[in-house]
Amino acid sequence: MSAAANLPARPAADTVTNALATPEKEQPYAALGLTAGEYERIREILGRRPTSGELAMYSVMWSEHCSYKSSKKYLRQFGQKVSPAMTKNLMVGMGENAGVVDVGEGWAVTFKVESHNHPSYIEPFQGAATGVGGIVRDIISMGARPVAVMDQLRFGDIDHPDTARVVHGVTSGISFYGNCLGLPNIGGETYFDAVYQGNPLVNALSVGVLRHEDLHLANARGVGNKVVLFGARTGGDGIGGASILASDTFSEGGPTKRPAVQVGDPFAEKVLIECCLELFAGKLVEGIQDLGAAGISCATSELASNGDGGMFIELERVLLRDPSLTAEEILMSESQERMMAVVTPDKLEGFLAVTAKWDVETSVLGEVTDTGRLVINWHGEEIVNVEPRTVAVDGPVYDRPVAYPAWLDALQADGAGALPRPTDAGELREQFLALLGSANLADASWITDQYDRYVLGNTALSFPDDAGMIRVDEESGLGFAIATDANGRYCQLDPYEGARLALAEAFRNVAATGATPVAVSDCLNFGSPENPEVMWQFSRAVEGLSDGCLELEIPVTGGNVSFYNQTGDQPIHPTPVVAMLGVISDVALRIPSGWQDEGNNIYLLGTTAEELDGSAWAGVVHGHLGGRPPAVDLGSEQALAALIRAGSGQSIIASAHDLSDGGLAQALAESVLRFGVGARVWLDELMDRDGVDAATALFSESTGRMIVSVPREDDVKFVGLCAGRGFPVLRIGVTDGGATTPGTSSADVPDAALEIQGLFTLSLRELRSTHRSTLPARFAADAAVAHAIDGIPA
Amino acid sequence: MRIGVVTFPGSLDDRDAQRAVRLAGADPVALWHGDHDLHGVDAIVLPGGFSYGDYLRAGAIASRSPIMTDVIDAANRGVPVLGICNGFQMLTEAHLLPGGLIRNAVGTFVCRDQRLRVENASTAWTGGFEAGQEITIPLKNGEGGYIADADTLERLEGEGRVAFRYLGANPNGSLNDIAGVTNERGNVVGLMPHPEHATEPGFGPDTPDAMRSGIDGLAFFTSVLSTFAAA
Repeated sequence: MSAAANLPARPAADTVTNALATPEKEQPYAALGLTAGEYERIREILGRRPTSGELAMYSVMWSEHCSYKSSKKYLRQFGQKVSPAMTKNLMVGMGENAGVVDVGEGWAVTFKVESHNHPSYIEPFQGAATGVGGIVRDIISMGARPVAVMDQLRFGDIDHPDTARVVHGVTSGISFYGNCLGLPNIGGETYFDAVYQGNPLVNALSVGVLRHEDLHLANARGVGNKVVLFGARTGGDGIGGASILASDTFSEGGPTKRPAVQVGDPFAEKVLIECCLELFAGKLVEGIQDLGAAGISCATSELASNGDGGMFIELERVLLRDPSLTAEEILMSESQERMMAVVTPDKLEGFLAVTAKWDVETSVLGEVTDTGRLVINWHGEEIVNVEPRTVAVDGPVYDRPVAYPAWLDALQADGAGALPRPTDAGELREQFLALLGSANLADASWITDQYDRYVLGNTALSFPDDAGMIRVDEESGLGFAIATDANGRYCQLDPYEGARLALAEAFRNVAATGATPVAVSDCLNFGSPENPEVMWQFSRAVEGLSDGCLELEIPVTGGNVSFYNQTGDQPIHPTPVVAMLGVISDVALRIPSGWQDEGNNIYLLGTTAEELDGSAWAGVVHGHLGGRPPAVDLGSEQALAALIRAGSGQSIIASAHDLSDGGLAQALAESVLRFGVGARVWLDELMDRDGVDAATALFSESTGRMIVSVPREDDVKFVGLCAGRGFPVLRIGVTDGGATTPGTSSADVPDAALEIQGLFTLSLRELRSTHRSTLPARFAADAAVAHAIDGIPA
Repeated sequence: MRIGVVTFPGSLDDRDAQRAVRLAGADPVALWHGDHDLHGVDAIVLPGGFSYGDYLRAGAIASRSPIMTDVIDAANRGVPVLGICNGFQMLTEAHLLPGGLIRNAVGTFVCRDQRLRVENASTAWTGGFEAGQEITIPLKNGEGGYIADADTLERLEGEGRVAFRYLGANPNGSLNDIAGVTNERGNVVGLMPHPEHATEPGFGPDTPDAMRSGIDGLAFFTSVLSTFAAA
C-alpha cells in the first residue's frame, strides 16, 4: 500500500460545490501532515469541509516549515527587543522575503540565510543546489541584484562511510548551481560532527544590492492588476516537499521521500535573474514573490494577504511540464525557478516583451480583486475559495511543552578542567598539529575551490578570510562584509550562551575586516519541537540571540527556523547560525587576515582565561564535551570592534584575525598560512599577565580577542590607541620572512616558520601539509590531492 | 578603440570583461547574441559563463547564435577575437580554433589563482607580454581540459600556436598543459583562465606584494589596443 493511495482523489477536481454537497467525505489530512485539531480548525474557518485543493494549500502553508507554528511565540522577541538605533537603517524588517538595510549613498543591501537540510540528506546534489536557488530568488523578490552567496555546511563524522556521499553531493550541487548563476561564493562554514550524521545541515545565504528606489515588496495591490506566473514550467517535483519533507523526521522504515526533492536548473534561474532586473529597471512590476516552499499556494495566498486581500486565479493557465498533473499537485508543486508578479494592465505588454526577450515563459493567471477572497478556478469550476490570511498568516500557533533537559546538569558539571594537559613542549607541538589538521580546523579549500569567488569582479575578501567582502559601488568603494558562525557544541552546553557566542563571533569576524556590523539574519537549526527538551533549547537560544542583538543594538532582519533535525529520537546539537552583515565605506580600507610583511609586530588584543570547556582542544585531543562555554562580554566585543575600526581608519593595522575555535594556536597558524609569512611568538608575558599555562594560552577559546600585526613605524600610534581606549593589549611576537614558496628554501633563506619561543618550531611546509591534506585525503580523486597541496614537494 | 563584449543567455563574466576593457582604456560595447549587429566594433570578446547552461556541450549552442555568424566573418577578416573560458569553448565549437574542451580530469569545478607561461607573445591579445613571461590570473571552470588529436597538437606546437601553458600542477588534465591557443593569423585567441579578473588592483589574485593586487590580465586588453593603434 503506497502513500500515494491516501492522496486526494484524481483526476477530477474537488469543487467547492462538491465540498458543500459531501460534508462527510473522509479526507487524508493526516497524510498531508495536518493534525485532527488543525483539520477541525480549517472546517471551522470555511464553515464546510475544505476541497482537496484547499486542503492541499492549508496543509503546506500550515506546515512547520511555512507557518513557524512552533517557533512564532519565541520569534516575536526579535520584534519586541528593539531600540530606535536598531530600526534607524532598517528599510524592511522580519516577515518579508528578506530584510533590507540602508547602507548609505542611496544603496541598500538585502540578505538572508535559509536551511535546506532535509532535501540535502535525501538527495544531496539537488537538495543543496535548489537551496542556493531558493535563497537567491528571495533576494531577487526584494528588487535586488544578487551579488554573493555563502553556505554553512554541517556533515557527519568525517570518517563515517556515508559522509563522503553527502559531502560530494552537497558540494557539487552548490558548485553546479551557484557557479552557473554567476554569483561569487565568498565564504561559509564547513563542520563535521557525528551528531549531523543522519541529518546534515545545508544552510545557504544570499546577499543582494539595490538602489533605495528599487525596493519591491510581495503584495498584490490594485484591483484589476494582473497576476502573472513566469519562469520555468510547473512539474511534478517537490510536491509536498514543504509539509511532508521539512516537517517530518527521518525514521527507519518510513515511506520513501525521494520524489519530493526539487530539481534545479541554474541556467533557467540565471536568465530569470536578468529578466527580473530588466523588469524592475523598466518599472514594470507592482509586487513580486518567488515560488519556493508550497509553490503557487504560498505565492497566491501571501501576495493576496499582503495586498488588497482578494485574488482570482484560473489554475489551468499554469504552464505545465507534465500535463497529467492534478489541480492539487499544481497548487503544491515546488518546481524551481518560478516567480509570480503583479502587473498593472497598461504595463502588461511591456512586461511580456521583456520576458520574451529573455525567452522566459509567462502566463497571466488572473487578477487582483476586492472580494477579500482568494478564488481559484480549474477549468471553470471553483476549487478554492478562502480568506487568504487564514492560509498565509493566521495559521496555528503552538505553545509547545518546554522542559529543562534532564541530562544538562551532569553535562555542565563535567568540565574540561579534569582533562590531562600536555606536560612538555613535544606534547604541545603534537596537540597544535592535531588541532590544525582536525576535521573542523583543517583547510576547507578542497570544498571552496569548487566555487567561483571571482565572478562579478567585486570580491574584496573571501574564504579563508574572517569574512567575505563585496564592493557595492565601483566609484566610491562602498561595500559590505558578511560572516556566519555557529558552534553547536557550545549550544549543547548552554543554548542561551551558545547563541550569544555565535553572535559575538560573527560580530568579531566582520569587525576584523574593518567593517561595522549592522544587521543579523539567522538560521535556527534544531531537533523536533515536539520534544520538550529541544523546545527548551530553542527558547533559550532565541532568548540569547535576541538579548544579544538588543545589547549590540543590531537588528535581526529575517531568517529561517529548521526543526526536526534528528535521526530517530536523537536531535542534533542546537545550531543557530548567525549571519552578520557589516558596512565599510571603502573596501580599499579592508584588513587582511594574515601576515604579508616581515618585521611587523604581532599584538594580542583581549585577555585569556582558562576556557577549555567545549573547546576544539577538548573535542579533538580528548573526545570530550562538557562544562560551560566561554563567557561572552558583548560590551568588550564592541570596544574591540571600535578599536579595529579606528586603527583601520588610520591605516596602522596590517592584518587582523579573530580568535575562536582552536584559540590562539589556530589563529597564529592561519595567519602564517594565509600568505606564507612566518613569525616568532612568545607566550611568557601572556602566561604571566593572565595567570594561565601554555596549553591554555594556546588553546583556550576566550572571546573578545584578536591578533593584529602592525608595521614597526606605526607601533607607537597603535599602542597609544589601545591605551587611550583602555583595551588590553600585549605584544606577543614579530613576523618573520623566509621562503614563502615551499621548495625554494636554501641555506641562506630557510622555509618560513612559526616559532613558539622556548617551546617548538613548525615550518611553513609542515603547517601547510597538516592543514591542507585532511579533506583531500578523504574526499578527493587522486589528481585533486596533488592540487590541493600544490606546491608542497612530496 | 571600441571592443564588443557579447552577452549570451547564461553569460556571467560579460560585465567583468566590459570593466576590463574600460580599465585598459578602450570603450566597451555590449553586443547581444540574438542580433546580427557588431556595432562596428574593432575587437570582440566572448566572455565566460555557462551559455545555455552548458547544455549539449559547453559553448555548443551559443556557437550557433545569430551573432556568431558575424563574429566568424569578422574573425576571418582579421578582427581580433578573444574567447575566455566559455568563450574559448564557443570558439572551438565554431571551428575558429582547433581542439575541444572536456570535463576537468579531477572531476570537479576548479577555482584557483593559476600560473601560466605566455608561449606566444605575437598575437593580437598577447603583444604586450614577453615570450616566456610567467603570469598569474584566475582559473575557474568545470570543463577546461584541452584536447586535440595528435596531428593537431603537433601542428599547434610546431607553429607556435600554443599561446599559454599551465605552470605547476596541471589543473584540469589539458594535453601538453595547454591553457590557450591562437589561430594561424594570431587574431583569434582562446584560453580557459580569466584575464578580465586580473585587471583591477584589489580584486585580482594575491601577489607577494599585496593581497589581491595581481593585474597580469590587463596586458591582454592593452595588447589589442596597441595592435589597433599600430594598424
